Amino acid sequence: MRSVSVDLNHDASLLIDIPDALCERDKVKFTVHTKTTLSSFQKPDFSVPRQHEDFIWLHDTLVETEDYAGLIIPPVPPKPDFESPREKMHKLGEGEATMTKEEYTKMKQELEAEYLAVFKKTVQVHEVFLQRLSSHPILSKDRNFQIFLEYDQDLTVRRKNAKEMFGGFFKNMVKSADEVLISGIKEVDDFFEQEKTFLLDYYSKIKDSTAKAEKMTRSHKNIADDYIHISATLNTLSADDSTANKKHCGGYYMSSFVFLQKVEGRVASDQELKLTELLRYYMRDIQAAKDLLYRRARALVDYENSNKALDKARLKSRDIPQAEEHQKQCLQKFDKLSESGKKELTSFKGRRVVAFRKNLIEMAELEIKHAKLLRTWLAMV
Amino acid sequence: NKVELPPPPECVCVKLSGPASLPAEDISTNSNGPKQDSLFDDDPEDLFAEATEEVSLDSPERDVLLSDGPSPAITPITPPCSLITPHIDMFTHCSFDEIEEEEGGDSFDMHISVSDPEKVGDGMNAYMAYKVSTKTSMSLFRSQDFSVKRRFSDFLGLHSKLASKYLHIGYIVPPAPEKSIVGMTKVKVGKEDQSSNEFVEKRRSALERYLMRTVKHPTLLKDPDVLQFLESSELPRAVSTQALSSAGILRMVNKAAEAVNKMTIKMNESDAWFEEKQQHFDNLDLQLRKLHASVESLVCHRRELSVNTALFAKSAAMLGNSEDHTALSRALSQLAEVEEKIDQLHQDQANADFYCFSELLGDYVRLITAVKGVFDHRMKTWQKWQDGQILLQKKREAEAKLQFNNKPEKLQQAKDEMRELEGKVQQGERDFELISKTIRKEVSRFEKERVKDFKTIIIKYLESLVQTQQKVKNIIIIIFSISY
Repeated sequence: MRSVSVDLNHDASLLIDIPDALCERDKVKFTVHTKTTLSSFQKPDFSVPRQHEDFIWLHDTLVETEDYAGLIIPPVPPKPDFESPREKMHKLGEGEATMTKEEYTKMKQELEAEYLAVFKKTVQVHEVFLQRLSSHPILSKDRNFQIFLEYDQDLTVRRKNAKEMFGGFFKNMVKSADEVLISGIKEVDDFFEQEKTFLLDYYSKIKDSTAKAEKMTRSHKNIADDYIHISATLNTLSADDSTANKKHCGGYYMSSFVFLQKVEGRVASDQELKLTELLRYYMRDIQAAKDLLYRRARALVDYENSNKALDKARLKSRDIPQAEEHQKQCLQKFDKLSESGKKELTSFKGRRVVAFRKNLIEMAELEIKHAKLLRTWLAMV
Repeated sequence: NKVELPPPPECVCVKLSGPASLPAEDISTNSNGPKQDSLFDDDPEDLFAEATEEVSLDSPERDVLLSDGPSPAITPITPPCSLITPHIDMFTHCSFDEIEEEEGGDSFDMHISVSDPEKVGDGMNAYMAYKVSTKTSMSLFRSQDFSVKRRFSDFLGLHSKLASKYLHIGYIVPPAPEKSIVGMTKVKVGKEDQSSNEFVEKRRSALERYLMRTVKHPTLLKDPDVLQFLESSELPRAVSTQALSSAGILRMVNKAAEAVNKMTIKMNESDAWFEEKQQHFDNLDLQLRKLHASVESLVCHRRELSVNTALFAKSAAMLGNSEDHTALSRALSQLAEVEEKIDQLHQDQANADFYCFSELLGDYVRLITAVKGVFDHRMKTWQKWQDGQILLQKKREAEAKLQFNNKPEKLQQAKDEMRELEGKVQQGERDFELISKTIRKEVSRFEKERVKDFKTIIIKYLESLVQTQQKVKNIIIIIFSISY
């Protein structure tokens, strides 16, 4: 999971990790641990407990900070979702009577592993979010970020206040309008023209790929579950046969399928991590990049409007200095966004390529290992 | 993400003797090799003596409708003179004990294939004709390599004749493949699509397995109906096997009646062997059905995996096209290519899952039902014997009364009736002993076959899985060319 975004957490001046987390019912409590040499912090090594909602608050404050309009704000980590394993556990409980004790135990173990995997994933995606911030030259210096890391009391109160202050006006805007806005802009800059075309198209494609990858992974998991049932029944059969036919029929029936299940399960989880999670993460990241384009587009619209206003003022010979000032500001803002945006988008591309390459290679290598493993094991049987 | 080798299983791994890759078909029955000599003093007629004997057994329970009218060719086929040579293997009058002790001896040399399904006729009267080819060196047959055309109802007719002759005396007659009105209608109507092709292939495979199982049974192989089925170019049409015929419906009613009957028979089982075996087969039935269901689920999920992989491949290809970084674009296209080829492998594996595993389990589920049926027949035979004894007792009491009342003509009649009854009771006891003996032999043979069969099925299946993984590995290495 850490390889979805490479080159994080290398700068010793600010190192962040989530060494552990606690799961109570639906709430996950993360322990955010910071090690820093920066004097802006009160202590060099400290930890605080944080909830998922705290991460959302931090993300939203960053998004709504005007100064960061020209940056790609790292995507907010998704809410911990234990729905799937919990539902399965429920179903398993209902079907307990139809299975042998061994089968039930195995299925339960599988579900517990799945639960654990969801848990691990959510910890890591929250961790990556913080590490993206800490390795960003500008965002790492954000005041709220520091508060998030350091403030040793409950952030709930602060969260509520923040909401009232900003009113979340950016968030409340209809997101679907942004596509229209971005694509409708008359672009003078080639770079942004290309980026716009690319990002819009790529987003829809990666969204589709993510969904299809998820389905593929789920099929692998289903097959692994089938192997559990098959191995359990074969176990019963071979035990019966041994007594009835007074021959030892070999436990290799059952153990073969146990092994198959483990391999299939591993294939599923490797695919999930290296492929599905990768696609999912970059889908969100590209959305963040699109948001940047959206803000720049808005700034351009503002600039064009300010031009129109200036022309009107000149015509009416009224309020010309204000209009000129306003137009100058809009232009400045737009230029600033364009300059910073260009830098961000370029480094984003580099980051994406590196992460994809790393994950795809690792996934291929793992598949090869699985194939070898299977063959080796069968030779032993 | 280190992948560690799992610990080897704690239980003893039975090392398979023999070559690593198993031969395709041959799960041979244990037949007598060198002991045949003494038995060739029998003249050819006697080879079919067993068959004629069984047909003439007086069994009122025998469902007349099971058979399609009188079986043709109880008259023995005149075998060639080469019959009485020491090379012949299969059909010998082995004593039951001999068969039980036997091991190895692969002398069953016969291979049947069902192929070339051909649609004959049009509309609702259309049917599929299959070519049944036999290759054998056994001199039971007129030639070594011959084939005939048969349709599905011919197979059903064969089974129904065999069932009517052998089931009630304790032989495990392999059940015929199941009818499918929906499947067949699609074929008749002329839908040349994937699902109707799959249906025909599934049926063809099932028919082949059915015939091979039937001929592997030493007694059934010798049956004139079997021989006629395999050799004769023309076969009288088996009409009463139609699913919706009156005969078919009557059969269903009879089956229901039999089921009720079975529940009311309370047999004093004196033989622990039978009690144990009955329990064993009940358990086996349960487990096999469960296993079959799990494997069917596996087939379904694997087919889903194949579909999902194909969809993902297309999506990845689109993503690769969209990607503006050249090297990454190429990598994504390679990923798409890999997944597309893997999808095909998943499909092939799903078919292997199905034909190699699922269908065979289905066969065994039906076979176990036949085995249980045979046990039921034994119970009925016992019941008949008991009923005869009770009736005899009544007659004895009646006779005693008549003697007391001194009615000479009625007395004579009663004495005659009693003598007849005594004969029947004795026959009933013999029948019961015979069926018990037959069942013991049959069950022993069946279990041996089954255990061997299962081992083969599973090994073959595991091998197919490993092969698939190897292919996946090779595809990844070739296409992905990890020289990054």
